[in-house]
Amino acid sequence: MATVSLATVSRRFAAGSAAVDAVDLDVRHGEFLAVLGPSGSGKTTLLRLVAGFERPDAGRITIGDRIVADGPLFVPPEARRIGMVFQSYALWPHMDVRRNVGYPLAVQGITGAAYADRVAKALNAVGLTGYETRRPAELSGGQRQRVALARCLVMEPAVVLLDEPLANLDVHLRALLQAEFTAFHRATGATMIYVTHDQTEALGLADRVAVMDQGRIVQLASPEELYRAPLTPMVARFVGRGAVIPAIVHTVHNGRADVEVLGRRAQLRVAPDQATGAALVCLRPEDLAVGTNGPVARVARKAFQGSHVAIEARLDGAVLPMHLGPDQAAALGDTVGIDIRDGWVIPARD
Amino acid sequence: MDGGEKGVRLALVGFVSLIALVPMLRLLWEGVAPAGSPDLSIVIETWTRSATLRALRNTLVTGIGGTLLALILGTGFALLVALTDIRAKAALVFSFILPLVIAPQVTAFAWMQAFGPNSPLLGALGLAPPLGTRNPLVGPGGIILLLGLHHAPLVFLAVRAGLRLVPRDLVEAAQAAGAAPMTILRTVILPLLGPALAAGTGLSFVSAIGNFGIPALLGIPGGYTVLVTLVYQRLAGFGPRVLPEVAAIGLGLAALAIIGLAVQRWRIRRDDVRVVSLAATTPGWRLGTWRPVVEASVWVFMGLILVLPFAALIATSIVPAIGVELTWERMTFSHYAYVLWDYAAARRAFVNSFVLAGLAAAVLMMAAVPLAVLADWRRSRAIGFLAIAAEFPYALPGVVLAIAMILVLLKPLPIINLSLYNTVWIIFAAYLARFLTLAWRPVSAGLAQVDRSLEEAAQGAGASFIFRLRTVIYPLLAPAAVAGAIIVFLTAFNELTVSALLWSSGAETLGVVLFSLDQSGESTGAAAIAVLTVIATLALMGVGAALGRRLPQGVLPWRP
Repeated sequence: MATVSLATVSRRFAAGSAAVDAVDLDVRHGEFLAVLGPSGSGKTTLLRLVAGFERPDAGRITIGDRIVADGPLFVPPEARRIGMVFQSYALWPHMDVRRNVGYPLAVQGITGAAYADRVAKALNAVGLTGYETRRPAELSGGQRQRVALARCLVMEPAVVLLDEPLANLDVHLRALLQAEFTAFHRATGATMIYVTHDQTEALGLADRVAVMDQGRIVQLASPEELYRAPLTPMVARFVGRGAVIPAIVHTVHNGRADVEVLGRRAQLRVAPDQATGAALVCLRPEDLAVGTNGPVARVARKAFQGSHVAIEARLDGAVLPMHLGPDQAAALGDTVGIDIRDGWVIPARD
Repeated sequence: MDGGEKGVRLALVGFVSLIALVPMLRLLWEGVAPAGSPDLSIVIETWTRSATLRALRNTLVTGIGGTLLALILGTGFALLVALTDIRAKAALVFSFILPLVIAPQVTAFAWMQAFGPNSPLLGALGLAPPLGTRNPLVGPGGIILLLGLHHAPLVFLAVRAGLRLVPRDLVEAAQAAGAAPMTILRTVILPLLGPALAAGTGLSFVSAIGNFGIPALLGIPGGYTVLVTLVYQRLAGFGPRVLPEVAAIGLGLAALAIIGLAVQRWRIRRDDVRVVSLAATTPGWRLGTWRPVVEASVWVFMGLILVLPFAALIATSIVPAIGVELTWERMTFSHYAYVLWDYAAARRAFVNSFVLAGLAAAVLMMAAVPLAVLADWRRSRAIGFLAIAAEFPYALPGVVLAIAMILVLLKPLPIINLSLYNTVWIIFAAYLARFLTLAWRPVSAGLAQVDRSLEEAAQGAGASFIFRLRTVIYPLLAPAAVAGAIIVFLTAFNELTVSALLWSSGAETLGVVLFSLDQSGESTGAAAIAVLTVIATLALMGVGAALGRRLPQGVLPWRP
């Protein structure tokens, strides 16, 4: 177990702007932190900086109480004692499962009974006992990722880094392995940093989520807070697919604001120091309901989702995602009245 | 970067600089400042001499003539195989490529046996030229013919690679527009092949002007000298004291090769017809009623260039003596016994060639893997620069490298005070320099197919660079490295150009012994050696083919 902390860490590539731009980040002891962002946001570079595969151009990285990168000081990855799980699994095709999993032990010169014992334990933990002599090519995608996990487990790392580990798997396996990651985290107590572009993975797995955009961390918060109170329009759109709509804040009182939005007055949640005047608000499907006296919008898209019907209602260029219950009906092109029950005034602009 | 990686990098930079960069710079220095200060008088004097100019003219005549022949044969054959429905393509391609793999001096020698006055085959048919007349292949015509045949596979390989980049839909679009096959060939395919033709032509020209085996066997007897054989004759006749003069000739030859390569580069760049290829074109145009005729002519051609010379070679190796008619009763294997046991120089040459080629292949295979990793994955500037420097000893004519090696190693090495000159080790050093790029290229191609995270996973597991090399990188690249080693071994084993200038008594190679036996008229012994080298070559190609399925496409030239 260890903390991981980054202080004004930057990494620039030859052409263009910084991939990671003066990032400050403190990952707590034994925390499961997800780094969420669109492709090109710098999240993988951030992870590779912690692992030591990239060298920062500026800033300091600390793992536990040990500085691993600071100016000329640089600890190479092989000396950082980190576990890494790759999107491609990175299993060595010329070794069988046993030798793949036991590799970190072989590196340390561990042989004989201790080696066999620890490999068996790690394979047992991921449910692959009996697969010792298989080659990676003979395994399914899910099994390969479990071997990669076992290889990580066997070295009992203080920090585990996961780089989109589920991106190459189908939906069903993803759900299964997500549960295994949670169990893995609970069993080892290791600090985990999990990079993904999939918000359901990030929100479902992590203690805290860091949202990255253009090389910077735009918000670091618990999944609940991230969803309910996004700091910027980018986070509001990217997490939970909220509608971001211009509005005017009239008064702020006791965590509530009197806001003029879509031509109506509504009471929305707000940060205590929110100024009055023009602002953007985030409206999610559960904030909206079909009503009788609200603004009138037109149903532009409709998709049956089982428990509900998701529709997109359009009004003055705004696109509002809404859910209709089983007893409500609306056809494409119909007009519906919209009742704004709740919402969030976004504190910052992009 | 850990200490081990730093050490490996430093060692490799030192190794490649010493074997590839230093000799070439030393040669350049000898040309522009032979006595230590800038002085071009020797270069000017050498290049105004009539013997040099005559050799230059002969080099250009045979080089350009041979290249044109190679261009016609190689392109025609590539189009025939890639575009038509001719049968037995794999066998045809193998037969066509074979001359490239067989040493030029062996080919030249075999052809001389087939068409000379002593030809056992033509003799049996009563077609041989009258005894005492000169071999009809001696002279520029024969040299051009054999250079053309030897280098046609180079053009073929380049054109075939080019054809693989011609997308099917471009050809089909022309067909849909109503164009007949010959029109499509003229208006679509050949224009797209421009860069490939330039690549093949440039390669073939540079190889032709640097070739030693063919002009040595077919030129020297008739007094027809090219630059390469001129260097050989001067050095063999007068020893190291003519070094400044041959260095000047060598630099001129290098300049000629560099001009050839520069023109090739310019031509490739000029029309960048890069196309995004989804599926290569394989139109399978029907030869129709012509097919049997075309196939028969192609196979007769193969028989003429392969079966006839090598049958003559075998015949010469089993007749009791030159000029004796070959019959079943007179057949003898005594010449094989002679070269394998009785003739000391030949026996030594077998050992030398095997050991030199084997050691060079092993050392270069070991070096190529970390070199490729540092150049391609770590983007090391120094190693990337050395990758370009390492191309020169191979791309430039072998005599140029040989002269450079003599210049560097003539005096005893500093510190250890040991002279490599007149030992087998000067040949070894030259082989390392010349063939490094042959070992490096396939490994680089193999590395491009390896996921980098395989190394990073090992790094994350705590493995040092040396440990990763041993447990992950070498095993993953083993097939490509072995393919490189086989190519190095084959090339070094059949090599003559470099060792002809560097050999000494006790340090002969097979090429040298074949050449000197031929020069002293002992054709039967030479034929036995030639047959044995061809057998060894074919056996190694077999090993390569067995390995072939695990290799990136195009690493072994003789695989389709």
